[in-house]
Amino acid sequence: MSAEWPLWEVFVRSKAGLDHKHCGSLHAADPQMAIQLARDVYTRRQEGTSVWVVRSDQIVASDPGDKAAFFDPMADKVYRHPTFYELPKSLDHM
Amino acid sequence: MYTQAMDTMGKERLDTPKPVRSTDEIALQEKFDARIDAGEFIEAKDWMPDHYRKTLVRQISQHAHSEIVGMLPEGNWITRAPTLKRKAILLAKVQDEAGHGLYLYAAAETLGTSRDQLYDALHSGKAKYSSIFNYPTLSWADMGTIGWLVDGAAIMNQVPLCRCSYAPYARAMVRICREESFHQRQGFESLLTMMQKGTDAQKAMVQDSVDRWWWPSIMMFGPPDTESPNSEQSMKWGIKRISNDDLRQKFIDATVEQAKILGVTLPDPDLRWNEARQHYDFGAIDWNEFWQVVGGDGPCNRERLAARVSAWDDGEWVREAAMAHAAKNDAMQEAA
Repeated sequence: MSAEWPLWEVFVRSKAGLDHKHCGSLHAADPQMAIQLARDVYTRRQEGTSVWVVRSDQIVASDPGDKAAFFDPMADKVYRHPTFYELPKSLDHM
Repeated sequence: MYTQAMDTMGKERLDTPKPVRSTDEIALQEKFDARIDAGEFIEAKDWMPDHYRKTLVRQISQHAHSEIVGMLPEGNWITRAPTLKRKAILLAKVQDEAGHGLYLYAAAETLGTSRDQLYDALHSGKAKYSSIFNYPTLSWADMGTIGWLVDGAAIMNQVPLCRCSYAPYARAMVRICREESFHQRQGFESLLTMMQKGTDAQKAMVQDSVDRWWWPSIMMFGPPDTESPNSEQSMKWGIKRISNDDLRQKFIDATVEQAKILGVTLPDPDLRWNEARQHYDFGAIDWNEFWQVVGGDGPCNRERLAARVSAWDDGEWVREAAMAHAAKNDAMQEAA
């Protein structure tokens, strides 16, 4: 059996002005094929105006096992949110 | 497209969980159970019990195989579609089925099983697919009936899967369900056109088609709840949300009304409204036929599998050539 085609992650921008959003993955032999297949598989109904593909093995991700410790430092910094500050009513919409 | 109640594809139970477990594993299991109970989604890299992983690989891959094999009965009519419009619609639908298969294979792969392993399970006959695709498509009307009844039954099955606890599967299902409604509507519209504007022969063709597909369609929901060995665990895990019998009843109640609009009869003399239950009663389902088809002895099982295996084998040189081409391009780029 020959080697499997590598796996790619697909990101689609649904319309100008919005972010590219991850929408799935697919197997393709090379970048050109990955872009073409991404169009066929993920944008059959004009869901996109731009598509990115990235080799899955090139993505570095945070470890879900460390989720609690890794994101915890942000949990007690309530002063980073505007709602932390109590201001006079007359300033309500600041 | 088309799931069957996939936990019922074999009569055997999955391996029961190992009784001896470390304290770490028990703690992880408790945390996992709590997340499920709280209605949280499980992502690919999260810890999950082996049994949950195996159940999902089996269900998602069988679902994917069904989408892919499901292209065969409809592909049969592409070159013989009566008009260019119907041909374009059928092509788009079959292409959707391929897309659905690919979303689902990708979701199954997140659980650590490779695409080739998944294909191999199909080609060796180890993995099942929805038994409905082992019936032949004998007339053009079957293209409409498959859309109306088979896709209709699939939608009933699939909508609850959008809330499946395994997030990559749920996300694939959201995408699939969004596309599925076109499949059912085009089928119904095709049949309606023949029933309202067609010749007597065309009307008879529609009725014959409905007669052949009705019972296999309601079998798509899987065996009765009392004979559905893995259902309870799947319900507890949030992989399955509504039981086979409840979904089947919901489908029948909806379809009887649609058949009236279409002007066809459904081939079940016991089908009648039950005022007390507020549901339609229906006749006994031939479960021997169901198990026979699941077991490999349906009208087209061998033909379908052979078509998939030869497509895979005949494509081998293409897969190799594409990889060789990519390697050559990489080498040339490095040299430049």
